[in-house]
Amino acid sequence: MALSPVRFAWQDSRGMRRRLALYVSAMALGVAALVAIRSFGINLQRAVEEQAKEVFGSDLEVRRSAAFPDSTVALIDSLVAETGAVAVREASFPSMARFPQSAGGDGLTRLTQVRALDGPYPLYGRVQTTPADAARLLGRGDGALVDATLLLQMEAAVGDSVQVGGRTYPIVGRVDGVPGQTDVASLVGPRVYLPLAALDSTLLGFGSRARYTVGFRFEDPEAGTAAVVPRLEAADVRFETAGEEQQEVSEASAYLTRFLSLVGFVALLLGGIGVASSVSVYVSEKAETVATLRCLGVSSTRVLAVYALQALALGLVGAALGAALGVAVQRLLPLVLAGFLPVDVANDVVPRALAEGLGVGLVAALLFALLPLVRVRRVPPLRALRADARARGVDPVRWVLGATLVAAVAGFAYLQTRSVIGAAAFVGGTAAVFGLLALTAVALRAALRRLVGPGLPFAWRQGLANLYTPGNQTLVLLLTMGLGVFLVLALGLVQRSILEQVALPSETSGESAPDVVLFDVQNTQRDSLRQLVQDQGLPVLGEVPLVTMRIAAIDGVPRDSLLDRADDTFSGRRGGPERWAVAREYRSTYRDRTVDSETVTEGTFRGTAAPDAGVVPVSIEVELAADLAIGLGSRITWDVSGAEIESVVTSLREVDWARIQPNFFAVFPAGPLDEAPQTAILLTRAGTPAASARLQSEVVRAFPNVSAVDVRLVLALVDRVLGRVAFVLRFMALFAVVTGLVVLAGAVRVALAQRTREAVVLRTLGASRAQVRRILTAEYALLGVLAALTGGVLAVAGAWGLARFAFEIPFRPDLTWLAWGLVIVPALTVAVGLLGSRGALRQPPLAVLRAEG
Amino acid sequence: MTDPVLSVRDLTKTFTSASRALTVLDGVSFDVAAGATCAIVGPSGSGKTTLLGLCAGLDRPSAGTVRLAGTDLGPLDEDARAALRARSVGFVFQNFRLLPTLTAAENVAVPLELRGDRGARAAALDLLDRVGLADRAGHYPTQLSGGEQQRVALARAFSGRPRLLFADEPTGNLDAETGARVEALLFDLNREAGTALVVVTHDADLAARCARTIRLKGGRVVEDTAAPAASAAAGAPPSVAA
Repeated sequence: MALSPVRFAWQDSRGMRRRLALYVSAMALGVAALVAIRSFGINLQRAVEEQAKEVFGSDLEVRRSAAFPDSTVALIDSLVAETGAVAVREASFPSMARFPQSAGGDGLTRLTQVRALDGPYPLYGRVQTTPADAARLLGRGDGALVDATLLLQMEAAVGDSVQVGGRTYPIVGRVDGVPGQTDVASLVGPRVYLPLAALDSTLLGFGSRARYTVGFRFEDPEAGTAAVVPRLEAADVRFETAGEEQQEVSEASAYLTRFLSLVGFVALLLGGIGVASSVSVYVSEKAETVATLRCLGVSSTRVLAVYALQALALGLVGAALGAALGVAVQRLLPLVLAGFLPVDVANDVVPRALAEGLGVGLVAALLFALLPLVRVRRVPPLRALRADARARGVDPVRWVLGATLVAAVAGFAYLQTRSVIGAAAFVGGTAAVFGLLALTAVALRAALRRLVGPGLPFAWRQGLANLYTPGNQTLVLLLTMGLGVFLVLALGLVQRSILEQVALPSETSGESAPDVVLFDVQNTQRDSLRQLVQDQGLPVLGEVPLVTMRIAAIDGVPRDSLLDRADDTFSGRRGGPERWAVAREYRSTYRDRTVDSETVTEGTFRGTAAPDAGVVPVSIEVELAADLAIGLGSRITWDVSGAEIESVVTSLREVDWARIQPNFFAVFPAGPLDEAPQTAILLTRAGTPAASARLQSEVVRAFPNVSAVDVRLVLALVDRVLGRVAFVLRFMALFAVVTGLVVLAGAVRVALAQRTREAVVLRTLGASRAQVRRILTAEYALLGVLAALTGGVLAVAGAWGLARFAFEIPFRPDLTWLAWGLVIVPALTVAVGLLGSRGALRQPPLAVLRAEG
Repeated sequence: MTDPVLSVRDLTKTFTSASRALTVLDGVSFDVAAGATCAIVGPSGSGKTTLLGLCAGLDRPSAGTVRLAGTDLGPLDEDARAALRARSVGFVFQNFRLLPTLTAAENVAVPLELRGDRGARAAALDLLDRVGLADRAGHYPTQLSGGEQQRVALARAFSGRPRLLFADEPTGNLDAETGARVEALLFDLNREAGTALVVVTHDADLAARCARTIRLKGGRVVEDTAAPAASAAAGAPPSVAA
């Protein structure tokens, strides 16, 4: 029979187009997320390329974590002279800064990051200051510039003064923005900018953690870099070029956007499941039409073509809707991520991202819709005569489609992660989460059915029964909404557990734990500092010596050979030592016993050794031992300020790094290091913020080089940084949540005809409108409770897993999060359900007779 | 004679579509006494279903009055009419209209549940036993045959102990044998419960089992077996005793 599939597809969708459009809009949010993230990613990449110089600050930078040896200083001077480059020298280090005019003249003190500069800073870009020309004043050596956030915290203003070390500087400007510095970075270490020449040189003495850099700006960046690089390499001087930095930032931002894309893709998959479910119901409703067409002689492929065309058209609508939405969402992303970005990102619409989003959305919509649609091929013509006529057996085409779908998901994941393992992990992980959600949903639904006994009001029993209607979408709804709940709750629960973990022990157990840590204490200052603390009426809870050292050799293999051999990637555990572990500078301690944050896992901890022992027993942290590829009995030679110390590993320790207290990779016995050059950490407990502020103020006055950290401030900081990270993740999870609601709206719309029939029968039998509404409310409330529980149960399990295995902290769930979920989710489902079912209540009961035909 | 359980006076229903008025029912009057049986017959489009809908308060007439169980439907709003139905009326549909989410027993219990009766489930099981479906109480409508579904619907219709039962082509979707069984059940229950029966049907046998037949054509009553020809012609309300 001649039947144009295109025309019939259009005719057949009469009266259902809006409803069908709702089904596919479930995919729109996923497409929106993909388009937004992709556009943002491309814009970010462009910004990184354009602003690389400003972010990096120079064409080339020479670095060292200690003062440059004279030979290097001479080399730099000659390079500057030869190339005609402009150079900025910098020493940056953490130090206490005191604002004497603050707090009504009592002064306020805080640990800051000092950047001591010499030269025309910045070499590229512009520092935003108030007043606008303040950066120039710094160059003239006239005073200090201070970060805006720090001024705010310290109740100080331009015109006041700041004391760093033994010197006091007038504050000549406020820094509002520095190229390449993120908000989060300034949150962690607020900056004070000082002229290098006017620095109190004692701050750069022994034990200082200063980092030295010299930035170059060449007239011709490429030629200049090319000329300088070989000379630096020959002299074995560490440096980095703007190109390398750009490469690193590019990779990091690509990694970020790919990760976010995967989260968006999860939303798309959720929407796809919603589409498959809605289309499945749609196909059931269309069975009679299909049977009639078949009776009239239309081939099964032609019938499939009709419905596939409908699906294609709808996929286009959904994807286009999503792409448009994505352009809008894209504008939000820079706001959400601003705190983490070193560059300003434009909001340009990126055609490539739009096309990709449309393509992925269309393919996904088609595949998910076809999965149930292919059933129309197998509707027997007999169905037109007998309602119970059904196709029997398995349809191999559905298996093929299912496999194609999985392959498509894996393919997309591969494009995002660029790794087979990553793609497999994504597919496996997603399947596992969906599977677990489905299992949880089934178990909960069964449990609820047992709980809702005959004792409950009619409306509740009827509402529950509706969740079991033949052809119901309950499971799909629980899956889609449950996933959203899972993502949001799991994040909240993990964040909570981390914060609980780092919280001061005294606040949870009443113990007397240190809350102020004084460090960089010189050996000569220890006695008088201890006295100062005790004069304040505060206890000295501990003194921990710190000895700075480097690895000179392991088992006789010298450092340089180790570094050459070291694997730079994370695969070090397969063989040789990892580069970072060999290259780093170790701050080790010595003591005669282990502390409560560590447990010996192998060997025996040796607490003492003779001061002149030839080979000193040492205890190594277990993870570090793995990264250094060493074990019990390994020999490590340490370089302690030029003197070599031979050691043998006699024990391995597991360390709970999350405890706020000094922890160490390497612990030596008391004795051999007593006379080594060292600084100390002193722990005390101030009890109140006021006492802490008073102590810090006194310490800075007497010992300008000593730094103090108030643990409370650190905790507040951890809270804020975690909060920002969680906000970004939650923003992405929001796509899943909203997709869940759209799928719900679609499902409500699918069930509307059925609900209307039931409502009308009930009304004919004498039910009031209020009774029918109560039944609907009960149904959607129960659905919401089930969804919240499904997601909640899995969130608790997931958060427990993350806490236990990823963060290795005890899991302390905050159940108010769950409680909120149990209130908000049912409220939302009831709202969407009742709103979508208004039509069912409006239908006059007479329809029940008219429908009799 | 006791008050009639259904009293219809000068019932007229006019639909206006595309600026043309279509009169579907035109001045129909009759009474149904408690426990009586009455068939409404007539060709398609004669107004049978409209009449049934108006009698049950599912729709409002253009003119005329309906008194159901002694209450005038005119001044009642939707919910009040629904409440009256819940108290006094039972329904049997051609397509059974069981709620697919409920088991047979739960379907039968619905009218009692709507009134908040205690012991709804026990009463429902009794009725299912009465219609011979005690062993199918836990089955869902889709698991039942057409005849079984209609028997569940009958049990549901009687579960509220209604004074009046409306049946719209109750055997229309059933084969002859099953239809006859459902029919017998309908009249048995009518006798036992003293429920008046108003049946809309095309089935001549079913109509013949009713004590009275009202024949509609073009929206008017053209025959009423209970009325003397003279009184029907004079427009006086015909009536029939149980």
